[in-house]
Amino acid sequence: MEGVEKIEHVHGHHVDPVVEYQSLKFGMWLFIATELLLFGGLFAAYTIFRAKFPEMFAEQHLELNKTLGALNTAVLILSSLTMALGVTSIQRGKPKRLALFLLLTILLGLAFGVNKYFEYSAKFHHHIYPGTSIFFSLYFTMTGLHMLHVFAGMALLTTMLVLTLRGRFSDKYYTPVEVSGLYWHLVDLIWIYLFPLLYLIA
Amino acid sequence: MDTKAHADETINHITPYRIYVLVWVTLMVLTVISVGVSYFHFGIFNIVVALAVASVKASLVALYFMHLKYEDKITWVFALYPLGLLALLIGLSISDVFFRAVVSP
Repeated sequence: MEGVEKIEHVHGHHVDPVVEYQSLKFGMWLFIATELLLFGGLFAAYTIFRAKFPEMFAEQHLELNKTLGALNTAVLILSSLTMALGVTSIQRGKPKRLALFLLLTILLGLAFGVNKYFEYSAKFHHHIYPGTSIFFSLYFTMTGLHMLHVFAGMALLTTMLVLTLRGRFSDKYYTPVEVSGLYWHLVDLIWIYLFPLLYLIA
Repeated sequence: MDTKAHADETINHITPYRIYVLVWVTLMVLTVISVGVSYFHFGIFNIVVALAVASVKASLVALYFMHLKYEDKITWVFALYPLGLLALLIGLSISDVFFRAVVSP
């Protein structure tokens, strides 16, 4: 029974706190499923066009900056770590530490965005646009849609940071933080596939 | 184990900082490996290795960072069924594109 008491309800709804915790978590996993399928359509298009035009993919991916891509991978993986550490912090009843980790995670998301801005600018400078070829069409659509998800994640985590600073979370109630973390990790997970598929075609 | 006890265990599980740091180190090592491999040309094996490494990384993120390792069966079902749908989506699209018989009008 200890676990049931541990997650307390702060809003005062007449819902079993364990039921609320699990429904929120299932809701996020279900949303993650729809997100995977959203990207799935693009991955399907990628697979078909790469199989049809392997030379184009092999040639044109050389225009992408492998170092910047790898750097952004490292930034995003590090941001997943800081997010995970944040959840452990609040589970151990340390809201200040959670706030610090949330801030770090948001800043790393921002660093990812700045890096991507420079990458896109360099492409435009070389007159490479989404309409240039099928490869760059896919590149801009996939990374652009992913970037939107990074922004959405940053907005969500900023909300969590504000709520944390207002003292809304403790070791007894941190469900929104954990569920927002799931979303942030999903953004990392999608990039884990985008990076080798776009930047590392040998 | 009854459901209640299992729910308690899931909710109470706290992953220590050290485990997360270890997972992060592994993810970074795997990233270095996948970048390194891309400088060699193994033909078809490049994409196989790249996807295999990416899948190991994705599994680590899901199991540890997303806490899936400590979740109950129903969460696993929620997490895994989109993978089946993805396989259908990509698999059937490919079979359509490459195996459709050309019918002359």
